[in-house]
Amino acid sequence: MIKVQGLTKRYARTVAVDNISFEVEKGQIVGFLGPNGAGKTTTMRVLTCFLPPTSGTATVAGFDVLENPHEVKKRIGYLPETPPLYPEMEVSEYLTFVGRLKGISSADIGRRVGEVTERCAVGDVRNKLIGKLSKGYRQRVGLAQAIIHNPDVLVLDEPTAGLDPKQIIETRELIKHLSGDHTIILSTHILPEVEHSCQRVVIINQGKLVATDSVANLTNRLRGSEAVALEIGSPNGPLDAAAVQQRLEQVTGVSRVLPREPKDGRLFFEVESLQGRHIRADLARAVVNAGWNLNELRAVGLSLEDIFLQLTGPEKKAVTEAEAVKV
Amino acid sequence: MKNIWIICRKELKSYFASPIAYLLITFFALVFGFGFYTATRDFVRFGFMSQLQGRNMPMNVNEQVIRPLLGFASTVALFLIPLITMRLFAEEKKTGTIELLMTSPVRDWEIILGKWFGALLLYLCVLATSAINIAVLFGFGRPDWKPILIGYLGLILQGGTLLAIGAFISTLTKNQIIAGGVTFFVCLLLWLLSWFTAFDSTGYASVVNYLSIVTHFEGFAKGVLDSKDVVFYLSMIFFSLFITSRSMESLRWRA
Repeated sequence: MIKVQGLTKRYARTVAVDNISFEVEKGQIVGFLGPNGAGKTTTMRVLTCFLPPTSGTATVAGFDVLENPHEVKKRIGYLPETPPLYPEMEVSEYLTFVGRLKGISSADIGRRVGEVTERCAVGDVRNKLIGKLSKGYRQRVGLAQAIIHNPDVLVLDEPTAGLDPKQIIETRELIKHLSGDHTIILSTHILPEVEHSCQRVVIINQGKLVATDSVANLTNRLRGSEAVALEIGSPNGPLDAAAVQQRLEQVTGVSRVLPREPKDGRLFFEVESLQGRHIRADLARAVVNAGWNLNELRAVGLSLEDIFLQLTGPEKKAVTEAEAVKV
Repeated sequence: MKNIWIICRKELKSYFASPIAYLLITFFALVFGFGFYTATRDFVRFGFMSQLQGRNMPMNVNEQVIRPLLGFASTVALFLIPLITMRLFAEEKKTGTIELLMTSPVRDWEIILGKWFGALLLYLCVLATSAINIAVLFGFGRPDWKPILIGYLGLILQGGTLLAIGAFISTLTKNQIIAGGVTFFVCLLLWLLSWFTAFDSTGYASVVNYLSIVTHFEGFAKGVLDSKDVVFYLSMIFFSLFITSRSMESLRWRA
């Protein structure tokens, strides 16, 4: 659906986007991750035909952004970082205007405005002036204008910025709902959002592409191994932490065992496997056969935050490793 | 085509949703009304005086009242037009809504024409108040309507030109005040050009005189429909809207 190849955008003295390539399949939700100034907004502006690229190509639904911008614009819904709202208009008036602008006929416009108003939960304020709305409502009206013409592709720049936790959840649900019919590119700083909503992640730093993959794959690639969190209890009397640790280390495929703070007589460990080994089953058997209570066995992935920091800041990586070893 | 109309309607609604439209109409109505009162009062006084003196000069309402009034209206318009055009693009640039317009399936020239047309319609509403005054004259005398119509055509063409120039200047900045101020100075300059070169007939002076907005209006005020003047205004409008579209395009390279 979206194909970006060798995209470069250069201004007089800076290179905002440097040779970025990625693809998005139909119906996917892709997260765009990167520190401030990385080039996310610029890339989105190129996709929505607001800015022309300096070199490279970008195609949406088969149409090139330079050759056929008109066709691309018909198929894209765009929500910039600050929603493009007219404060002197009422919500329904604004949505009617945007809908007509995007090509909805006057016969359908009333129905469509009603539908998106419902979908984005702005029904209570449909006759209110936009200038008087709260941030949450404005964001939702912005989202409504992005989906009003039922575009194939949605480009959302920080859609949950400034919303309260309840509204964030509602927006995420809405985006998830939309993903089947629409292809969505979502840029954000909020890492949990990418973890929850997105199937794939494109990480950008200083205009360059750093990584693009599914969240699960990225975790595996970077971790290279499995990590398991264990909680072990005793059916009779206190446990000898050293003995338990030793037993765990003997399980095949284990590379190291990191003990954590014990609590109320229960022991906690984080066990890391060698590259490419699966250790959960063996660990479970080892604990149970030794007569201990296996209270919890949980796979621990690298959090996206760790991935992000690792990929966008080599000096940060050193810090986290040192901390891990200490514990 | 219909995109132009959609944008034009939106501009008009915006104008009338804010005080600006009402202020402009009221201001113009008051000022023109005052000028109208003065002109007709002097006309009547002059008529009485010449009757008293037994001279019975042929009094021509058209020539002595309407023509100077139309000239007066065109001067007042000079002050109004910056107020109309200053927010056309500057506000959109400031609030970011220009991004919405430029990423929608609407062509740049449709946006420009829609906005210019909206401004022109507002200008027509403002001029309409003067038409009311002039219509009163028909109740008391028998002025010739054809020169009046041509005079208004001249006002509309002149206004259209200045509005197009104002639209261009509005694309250059995010600050409405700067846009308004610069437009005002440009309009003033174009108006003064005719004064500077009124008595000069050297080569360069003729060119400068040709560029003046006022020079070309004079024909219309007299009731003379000269194609040379019409062509001047139309080509100025086209040229101004063209550079406006270039300026809009340049926004894509600067952002």
